[in-house]
Amino acid sequence: MGAFTMPSLGADMDAGTVTRWLVAPGDAVHRGDVVAVVDTEKSEIEVEVFEDGVVEELVVPEGVEVPVGTVLATIAAGRRDESGGGGTPAPETAAVPAPPPPTSAPPPPGPGVPGVTAGAAIGAGEGADRVHSPVVRRLAADLGVDLGSVAGTGPGGTVTRSDVEAAARLAPPATSAPPAPPAPASPPVPARAPVPVAPAPHAGPARARSSPYARRLAAGAGVHVGALVGSGPGGAVVAEDVIAALASGGAAPQAPASPAGPAAPPAGPAAPVAPAAPSTESTSREDRAARLRRAIGNLMSRSKREIPHYYLATTVDLSSARTWLDEVNASRPVTDRLVMGTLLLAAAARAVAAVPEVNGSYQDGVFTPSPSVHLGVAISLRTGGVLAPAIHDADTKSVDELMAALSDLVKRARGGVLRGTELADATLTVTNLGDLGVDEVQGVIFPPQVALVGYGRVSERPMVAGGQVVARTAVTVTLAADHRVSDGHRGGRYLAEIDRLLQRPEDL
Amino acid sequence: MTTTTYREAMRRALREALAGDERVFLMGEDVGAYGGCYAVSLGLLEEFGPDRVRDTPLSESAFVGAGIGAALAGMRPVVEIMTVNFSLLALDQIVNNAAALRYMSGGQFHVPLVIRMTTGAGRQLASQHSHSLEGWYAHVPGLRILAPATIGDAYGMLAPALDDPDPVLIFEHGALYGMKGDLPDDPDPVDLTSAAVRRTGDDLTIVTYGGTLGTALDAAERLAGEGIGAEVIDLRSLRPLDMPAVLASVGRTHRAVVVDEGWRSGSLSAEVSARITEDAFYDLDAPVARVCSAEVPMPYAKHLEDAVLPGADDVVTAARSLGA
Amino acid sequence: MTGGDGPAGGDHRLHLLRQMLRIRRFEERTVELYSATAIRGFLHLDIGEEACAVGVTGALAPDDAVVATYREHGHALARGMTMRAVMAELEGKVEGVSRGRGGSMHLFDAATRFYGGYAIVGGGLPVAVGLALADKLQGLPRVTACFFGDGAVAEGEFHESMNLAALWDLPVLFVCENNLYAMGTALARAQSEPDLAVKAAAYRVPSWAVDGMDVLAVEEAATRAVEAVRRGGPHFLELRTYRFRAHSMYDPDRYREKSEIEAWKERDPIPALEAVLVADGALDDDTLARIEAEVAAEVDDAVAFAEAGTLEPVSDVGSHVTATPQADGGLP
Ligand SMILES: Cc1ncc(C[n+]2csc(CCOP(=O)(O)OP(=O)(O)O)c2C)c(N)n1
Ligand SMILES: [Mg+2]
Repeated sequence: MGAFTMPSLGADMDAGTVTRWLVAPGDAVHRGDVVAVVDTEKSEIEVEVFEDGVVEELVVPEGVEVPVGTVLATIAAGRRDESGGGGTPAPETAAVPAPPPPTSAPPPPGPGVPGVTAGAAIGAGEGADRVHSPVVRRLAADLGVDLGSVAGTGPGGTVTRSDVEAAARLAPPATSAPPAPPAPASPPVPARAPVPVAPAPHAGPARARSSPYARRLAAGAGVHVGALVGSGPGGAVVAEDVIAALASGGAAPQAPASPAGPAAPPAGPAAPVAPAAPSTESTSREDRAARLRRAIGNLMSRSKREIPHYYLATTVDLSSARTWLDEVNASRPVTDRLVMGTLLLAAAARAVAAVPEVNGSYQDGVFTPSPSVHLGVAISLRTGGVLAPAIHDADTKSVDELMAALSDLVKRARGGVLRGTELADATLTVTNLGDLGVDEVQGVIFPPQVALVGYGRVSERPMVAGGQVVARTAVTVTLAADHRVSDGHRGGRYLAEIDRLLQRPEDL
Repeated sequence: MTTTTYREAMRRALREALAGDERVFLMGEDVGAYGGCYAVSLGLLEEFGPDRVRDTPLSESAFVGAGIGAALAGMRPVVEIMTVNFSLLALDQIVNNAAALRYMSGGQFHVPLVIRMTTGAGRQLASQHSHSLEGWYAHVPGLRILAPATIGDAYGMLAPALDDPDPVLIFEHGALYGMKGDLPDDPDPVDLTSAAVRRTGDDLTIVTYGGTLGTALDAAERLAGEGIGAEVIDLRSLRPLDMPAVLASVGRTHRAVVVDEGWRSGSLSAEVSARITEDAFYDLDAPVARVCSAEVPMPYAKHLEDAVLPGADDVVTAARSLGA
Repeated sequence: MTGGDGPAGGDHRLHLLRQMLRIRRFEERTVELYSATAIRGFLHLDIGEEACAVGVTGALAPDDAVVATYREHGHALARGMTMRAVMAELEGKVEGVSRGRGGSMHLFDAATRFYGGYAIVGGGLPVAVGLALADKLQGLPRVTACFFGDGAVAEGEFHESMNLAALWDLPVLFVCENNLYAMGTALARAQSEPDLAVKAAAYRVPSWAVDGMDVLAVEEAATRAVEAVRRGGPHFLELRTYRFRAHSMYDPDRYREKSEIEAWKERDPIPALEAVLVADGALDDDTLARIEAEVAAEVDDAVAFAEAGTLEPVSDVGSHVTATPQADGGLP
């Protein structure tokens, strides 16, 4: 018995529909007879049978689309045509061999060194950033030149290859080379120990390859990328490495400048000289801790120096929030329960709508309010130190989404796999130190942000309600804000809005 | 809302254009009696007659050039070329004439011509029917190059292309004609100038167009399973390029993979990659990656063709290699 | 004579019959294999037109060259490529004539100087002119036979090639297989002067129109033309023929009447030759059955060979782009 299958009728046909059967069970058919009309979407086509026999059953009715190869009818007592010859293989056995999966992966990103830096590169023009092009960094590494000590003559003061070569000529990289003479504008920095010249690009000790974005973040945070161990493609230092370094350094909350941020504090003076790679883990960690402590010190000093902080505090009754939470949680499995911290975050994010002056960045004398609320959340790490990655668009997330985003962030922050943007673009930060038993937080704003919200411990405390002193669940919420952007009146309004929102938790 | 195919959406656009403007006519090989080699124009001859649905001999250079002449003199021709490989016989007319006439006449003349053609591989048509040469055309100033990748664009791009006072080339990937989907009964007009975000994500931007949009979306879906959020940008217009859309996305994700069925060297993917590097260098957390066809004339055997073409696997591998 | 399996029964006409049957049965099997997806892409069949390929190649010497189109299974088999290697090509196997790289439209074989199937209409003609130019420059008495369809006559490449070949007096035999249609476009709707031989004459290329359904007539005309070309200068043959099947595998045949197809089938070149041979007493039922059986066995063998064939390793896909691999090659 043979099978008449849905034929392939053209290069682009994968399925077809029998629109008309031209034979019925019992009909005799011969090789080459047209037995059905098939609609291929391009057109209706008469299709032929490839064997002799009697139609036994029409398996697929008219009007049903089936893939190529589907048995449409069975044909009994099939005979080859008179010309004789061997048996025909049943059509369905002649399938296209399954292609092996592609075996080779794309080539790993090669050195791919552009010859010149891009003209429109953000930040390239700001000498203070000292962001160098990959080719310049490699050349400097090869020649043992510390880029921090080289004055740039390129567009916008960028360091060019000839600058590096000139610097190298001044200080030939002999093993006993004295430190490169400092460029006039920079404080003295010893030249990096010369890296042995590797014959092939991939041989020899790994150069400190780093992504442009990582370098930009690092510059903003005062970190020297050369000292970091890269986890990116080809061992490159990527943004996450910078973030992880900030975390493992036991640093205080540290947020690099936002992507659009102004020139961050110059990295040069603060950044210690990187040990020649590869360095031992412990040495680099000690260096890193010291360096980060300094970098954070720089940032906080800048904040205190530049930002005229003002501070407000209020105590918010959380009774209705507590009742609501208990109700909601009663019907949920333990894993899905909400915590008070999430409500507090939600309130801080939503309250921005009433007082947009607390959300955004202050740069070059101008405050730019942010259209979205990327809420920086200070997270303490088990290894010590704190990070403040952002929950993006926190104001538009439901409490459940915030809860999920928060636990995801905490998990990843502690696992060291935060994304670059999360650390870089917070528009307002919340510090919740309640877990540590702190009553209230007087925070320092992370430039270029303009406010920091602090939550203390959620606890029962005596409050007056209806003329009676009663025990109520409450929290003290504080605001540190930038007087160049807002004032106490607006700040107070913001705290009042947080209070109002927390009285109606079901609306959050 | 009706369920339709890419092919039918295109046909509907042609029908409406023919019905709506007497200056519009369709011309090309086998567009009439045969119904179009990919059946796009099926039935239009019966509806509009042989003057307006005009079969041509196998004379690509002559009928494309005739389209240019007719456009110069006030008509709105839609010229169909069966496959981009055959358009090479008309390359002279397209590049030396259509693209240059406005400029070299000092603005006196212009060529409101639409040329549609099939592009791309995937159907085992081997080395002379499978290439993706739209990137070559995107190299040429004076042309607008479109690549509809969805049913909405298959329908919606023709009318604004006909409204364009200058030559527009529309590249239809051959593997898309049978694609099914919904088209509103009264679709909004489409905007030819902007790319479209077909999927959002925070960790990586996949930039693509035309036939590889599906590949990119498949890859994005698989990456999502690994916790990597890939944003997929469909360029839609290959010339001019909507780079602000691409740069905005890369500015958030810091990583980019360009997927293009054309060859890598000197290609559209090279252009997109170069512009990202030029304009978003300090936002990049990894080098820009490209997934293109292997640099070979297309082989016939299926396993070889599959290996040569960019697949979702290749995109996923590239994305992972960027540490996304 | 080239091609498969030598003359049967001593009568050269039986050899021609066998060649046509080989092509017919081979292609009938490819239809089946295509339907079952063992063959994919485009598949243009010669069925109905076998007399053209068989008659013309029969007139060529072994070191002459052939240039053909995408509709070239018949030409390849008649020219001497093995059925096995052609079938393997159609199934995309490395044992195929083009290693599975080309498929149905791109059969190539250096051994028989078969310079290929070209799938851009008209694309083979200038190449044929160049092959002939080389022969002329090297003083080699070789002929290049260039096959193309009626549709190609509308392309500039046809006219440019005719002119060059005539101007430079090159040994090209232009063979136009006029099957009256270019896909769905009837000749009369594509040509201002549908008498194609007249066009060739305008280039001062001697030209004949021949009944392309009569293999004996085709062979005779081709033999005369090849001799003339070998003495110098191009010739043009218009073979009036008809394809019985769709342009490529299947098409809706909206552009021609069923009755037209049936009328042409009456002139099927295979039964026509059989009738002549039977009338002459050169063919009987037993001989025909034996030839059919042998051809069927050859087809079966070719299919078995193709199916047992191997797939080229994917890692080799970048070979043969250029003599020395370029750094830019390789997989995506
Ligand atoms: C330059 C070019 N234009 C269009 C096509 C598409 N096409 C392939 S075969 C064909 C018809 C050719 O007709 P003809 O030359 O008469 O040869 P036939 O197929 O009848 O043997 C067409 C239009 C092509 N391959 N190349
Ligand atoms: Mg023809």
